[in-house]
Formats: sequence, structure tokens, C-alpha cells
Amino acid sequence: MKFEGTDSYVATRDLTLAVNAAVALQRPLLIKGEPGTGKTLLAEEVARALNMPLFQWHVKSTTKAQQGLYEYDAVSRLRDSQLGDPRVEDISHYIVHGVLWQAFECEEPSVVLIDEIDKADIEFPNDLLRELDRMEFHCYELHRTIKAKHRPLIIITSNNEKELPDAFLRRCFFHYIKFPDRETMQRIVGVHFPVLKHELLKEALEVFFDLREVPGLKKKPSTSELIDWLKLLLAEDIPPEALRAKEAKDAIPPLHGALLKNEQDVHLFERLAFMSRRKP
Amino acid sequence: MLVDFFLHLKSRQLPASTKELLALLEALEARLVTGSLDDFYLLSRTLLVKDEALYDRFDRAFGEYFKGVEALPGFDAMVPEEWLEQAARKHLSEADRARLQKLGYEKVLEQLKERLAEQKERHAGGSKWIGTAGTSPFGHGGYNPEGVRIGGESVGNRTAIKVWDQREFRNLDDSLDLGVRNIKVALRRLRRFARKGAATELDLDGTIAGTARNGGWLDLHLRPERHNAIKVLLFLDVGGSMDDHIQACEELFSAARSEFKHLEHFYFHNCVYEGVWKDNHRRHGERLSTWDVIHTYGPDYKLIFVGDASMSPYEVGRPGGSVEHWNEEAGAVWLQRMIDAWPRAAWLNPLAENYWGYTPSIGMIREVMGNDRMFPLTLDGLERAMRSLSK
Repeated sequence: MKFEGTDSYVATRDLTLAVNAAVALQRPLLIKGEPGTGKTLLAEEVARALNMPLFQWHVKSTTKAQQGLYEYDAVSRLRDSQLGDPRVEDISHYIVHGVLWQAFECEEPSVVLIDEIDKADIEFPNDLLRELDRMEFHCYELHRTIKAKHRPLIIITSNNEKELPDAFLRRCFFHYIKFPDRETMQRIVGVHFPVLKHELLKEALEVFFDLREVPGLKKKPSTSELIDWLKLLLAEDIPPEALRAKEAKDAIPPLHGALLKNEQDVHLFERLAFMSRRKP
Repeated sequence: MLVDFFLHLKSRQLPASTKELLALLEALEARLVTGSLDDFYLLSRTLLVKDEALYDRFDRAFGEYFKGVEALPGFDAMVPEEWLEQAARKHLSEADRARLQKLGYEKVLEQLKERLAEQKERHAGGSKWIGTAGTSPFGHGGYNPEGVRIGGESVGNRTAIKVWDQREFRNLDDSLDLGVRNIKVALRRLRRFARKGAATELDLDGTIAGTARNGGWLDLHLRPERHNAIKVLLFLDVGGSMDDHIQACEELFSAARSEFKHLEHFYFHNCVYEGVWKDNHRRHGERLSTWDVIHTYGPDYKLIFVGDASMSPYEVGRPGGSVEHWNEEAGAVWLQRMIDAWPRAAWLNPLAENYWGYTPSIGMIREVMGNDRMFPLTLDGLERAMRSLSK
């Protein structure tokens, strides 16, 4: 069972190696990288390629580690008790299973995505140490230990907004998705737009990489922005010549709103374009 | 097996643990990689390094271990980036290339060591010194059949013996540039939640406990919402030498604005005296007396100065030292008064920490602040400052 990328996801050699190491040694894999380089997508594609069910846990600033295990729904039980519902006798009716519980009880090996772990409280990763290490936890209400039938492949993404604790990092494998070079980018685009005209692609990549070089941009456009932009170019049926018109970067590429997401960046870029146009 | 490699990484200050070494051995046993050194490099990086800021250090350590160039002491420290800037690109004719004699690898390293010792400044275009775009075996962007590439992008000749140091991750090394988002996260360390105001939120635990105590009849409990209760006074140095740091200060200010509900800001020039102002355009018209500020805000406020603290020593130490007006009392006196009024204080300095020693006024202000409470305006410095403030 080896992951080699899929027909809709280009994985570089270093990435496949990291994923396969995590699969073989059954350790969690921590993924970092610029926004828009396909961190979250990776879990979906791995699950699809290896034919395993995927459980997703999207972390927010208010997420608690306990919510990934289970929650005791006291309010429902209270309501049922007020209404005299017989279900109230059995507490297990009010234990709501979290993502990890579902994955642990799953009859086949599965993939668990813990998305944007850095959004949660600083203590969040520490609260999951034992669960990720031993793949088991104790449910106090039921007096029962939930143990994974098959150790799931856990993929964790982070945007680097908080430092993760050392103890947590030691238990994970780590991979940093670096921004794809031109060759890889060409393959990525080829996967998404198999019938894209060669000319258009060449010009578009030219514009795109030029744009990334512009100094002082607050948010450089990334892969997902390039894909969106190409979609727009195709939808609007922009000819390749329109992109080439930007001799020596003296014009703003059409539909640049898909590439630059920040008002200040657009202003900066327009100013630069204006200045270079004034040059003889 | 691999213990030497592991110890070598440790000696290069890579924080790997035994657990991770065992994982690496386990991976090798599972035949995850076979034979290829490139694959082994990727695998060991995945398993041993847990932070992209350390990738560059790992690349260097790995290169050293597998190419046997540990013999070069201080290899990295001695070649400053500016030498290597791609200043010019020299195009050699085929005949020129042929003329370049091939030196042996051993000899190349030997010479490099000597040159490193001799060379003192940036160099481009020659044929002996380390630098850019020349035909010397050292540096980058040039041509020599058996050169050692030091930093820089390869220009396509690809004949350097030692290409291990692609150093792709150099930019990720810790000195992350400060963005508003990063600053916010750092400032967040200074949070203390407290419940104040009207009770509008359902207190679920309280309700359940109350209901249980009530024998099963609903007993609703409400409580006030949680707020960040930290109060901050921000004093910003403007004008003069601070012009170089406008961007960093703007970012800090906008992050602080959205992070703290109770934030008051004031401006001063170089050092605080009897007056500060809130609007920089009307700085001469609308001055506030510093005494008033001290009396208005209670000691529960935290005091943060932002400034480069670089000025003439008289501006801190003497009455009448200010560059703008005649001050009756010395800057240090005012500074001391403010620190007495708000004991939780920190000074953020946009100048890099290693330059502080060259400016006497920085030393004087640090002395007044006491307890090492001046911090550089970097992510790391901000975190330290916030930690010191929340003590």
C-alpha cells in the first residue's frame, strides 16, 4: 500500500515519502506550508488513493480536545428527564461520539484529518498526546476504554500561527510543503486542466511567477489561486496574446482579482505597473 | 548504526530525541528507502526535524556529515550573504573555460580555508576570491569546472562539486518577518479573561448544578460574557530616527488595536518629557500633560514603550536636553515617574539587539527601565516582552 499521488493531486517525491513513512510506521503526520499549497487536500487524496474512509476534524479557536473524543450531552438528558422519556435511564444515549472515537471504532483502517491544529488553544495538542500515541482513551461516563481497532493514519495541518509543544512534535512526523517550482506547477496545472492550450499555460505561468517575484506583496498568490485564475481565464476565453501584452510587466494581468486578495497588494501592483509604463 | 550521524546532528543543535532516532531505524528496517542517499535525506528530515525553520540547519549538518567537510571550522559564519549577491554574471567563452585549470577537490577545500582567512570584503568578477560571477573556485554564479558553491542559486553550469547546500529553506530560518497576523498571535500571550458587566450568557454548568439541586426543576443561571481584561498604555516614538521603522510600528499598532479592548496610545519624540500627544498631526497644538496621563490611568494598566531609544545622552540625562523644546526635568526623571506609576512595563526596540551596545542612550534607558525590560521588536522579542509583562 503506497501513496504515489492521484490523478488530481500531484505529490512530489519528498511528500510521498513522508506519507508512506507515516503509513508504514503508523505515526501522525504533521503538514505545514504556505496557505494554498494543498495541505488539507492531501488527507482527502490519501484517503481516496489508499481507499480508506476519511474522518475530518476542523479545528477552531474554541475547539477543545475532548470534543474530538466524545461529548456528554447533558442538556438533552435534562430535557428527556423533564419529559419522562425512558431513554434517560441509559447514559450511553447521551454520549456523542467525536471524530477520533468514530475512527477508532471503524472496522477498517481509516484516515483522520485534524485541520489547522494551530487555531486551537495552546494546550490543545498537549491534551491529545496520549490519544495520538496509544490510540486509546477512557470514557468516564461509560467506564470503558476506547481502543483503536486499527491505528488510523492521522494527518495534521498547521498554518504556523502557534508553536506546537515539543512533546507533541516528537510524536509526529513532519513535512513542510514548499512552494512548487515551475515544473511541478506545470504538472499540477496539467492535472486540473488537461486540455489547456499550451500557449495560454506558458503565458499564464510566466505572469504568475513574475507576480510572485514582486517585492513587498503581503500575500503571494499560491497554487490554489493560480488554479482559480486559470478557471476564470478559460471561462472568459481570454486569448494567450492578452497575457503577452504585458511586455516587461507594463500592464496588469486580466482578472488579477483572483490572484491578489489584498487591497494593498492590488494598489502596490498597480503603482508598480504604472511606474514601469512611464519608463521609456 | 547511525548513532554518529545522530550525535553529529545533536552537536549542530538540532533538537532531535532518541525516540526519533529509533523511528528512523524502524523506517529503515521497514525498507522505506533503499540505497539512494537523496531518499535517505528526505526520510531523515521527515522523521528528525519538526520545524521548517530548522531545515536549513539540518541541510548544512547533513551535508557536513556526508561530504566530510566538518574540517572547515565556522564554514557558515565566515561568508556573509552580501558577498554572494548576484551582482553580475560573467559569460565565459568556450576557450576561457578550457583554460581554467582543474584543481583537485582536496586542494580546493584547502585553498578555500586559506582564502576565507585572507579575504575581508565583498568581491565580484575576479578569478581568485570568494564572491559572485567570477572564475574562482569559490562563491557562486560563476564558472569553474570544480568549484565549491557557497550559497546563491546555481546559474545553470552545475559543475560545483558540493551542491548539497541548495539551502532552499534558508529564508525560513527563525528571523520570520513580522506580519500583523504574527504580531497579533504574539500579543495574545497577554490575555487575561475576566467576566464583567451584564449577565447575558447561559451558564450551562451552573444551570445543570442548580437544576439538580432543585430536584429536577429547571433553574436557569446566567453570567457575564468573557472579555480580555488586560489594559495597555502604548507610548510610540515618532519622527527622526524612527522613520526607518515606520512599517514595523504601524503593524504593531494595528495588531495591538484589534487585540486589546482597553488600549490607549500616546506619541513622544525620542524620550518622554512633561508632554505627550495623541494625534501626530497636531502634536504642537494639543499636548497632554504627562502628569494628567499618569493620574488618569490606574496602576493596573501595562506600559509599553516603542522606540529605538537612540538619541543624544543629554536627552535622557539632563534638564534642557530635548531637541524640540526646553525641558525643566530630565527625560530619565519622567521615565522613572511613569515606571513608578505603572510597574508592569516593557520597552520594544525596533533596532536589532546586537546593535544596542553601540548607542549609549540605549544603555541609559535600559538602566532606567531596569530588570532587562527592553526587547527587540521581533516575534521572539515580542513574546519575551509579553511574558515579562504578564508575570
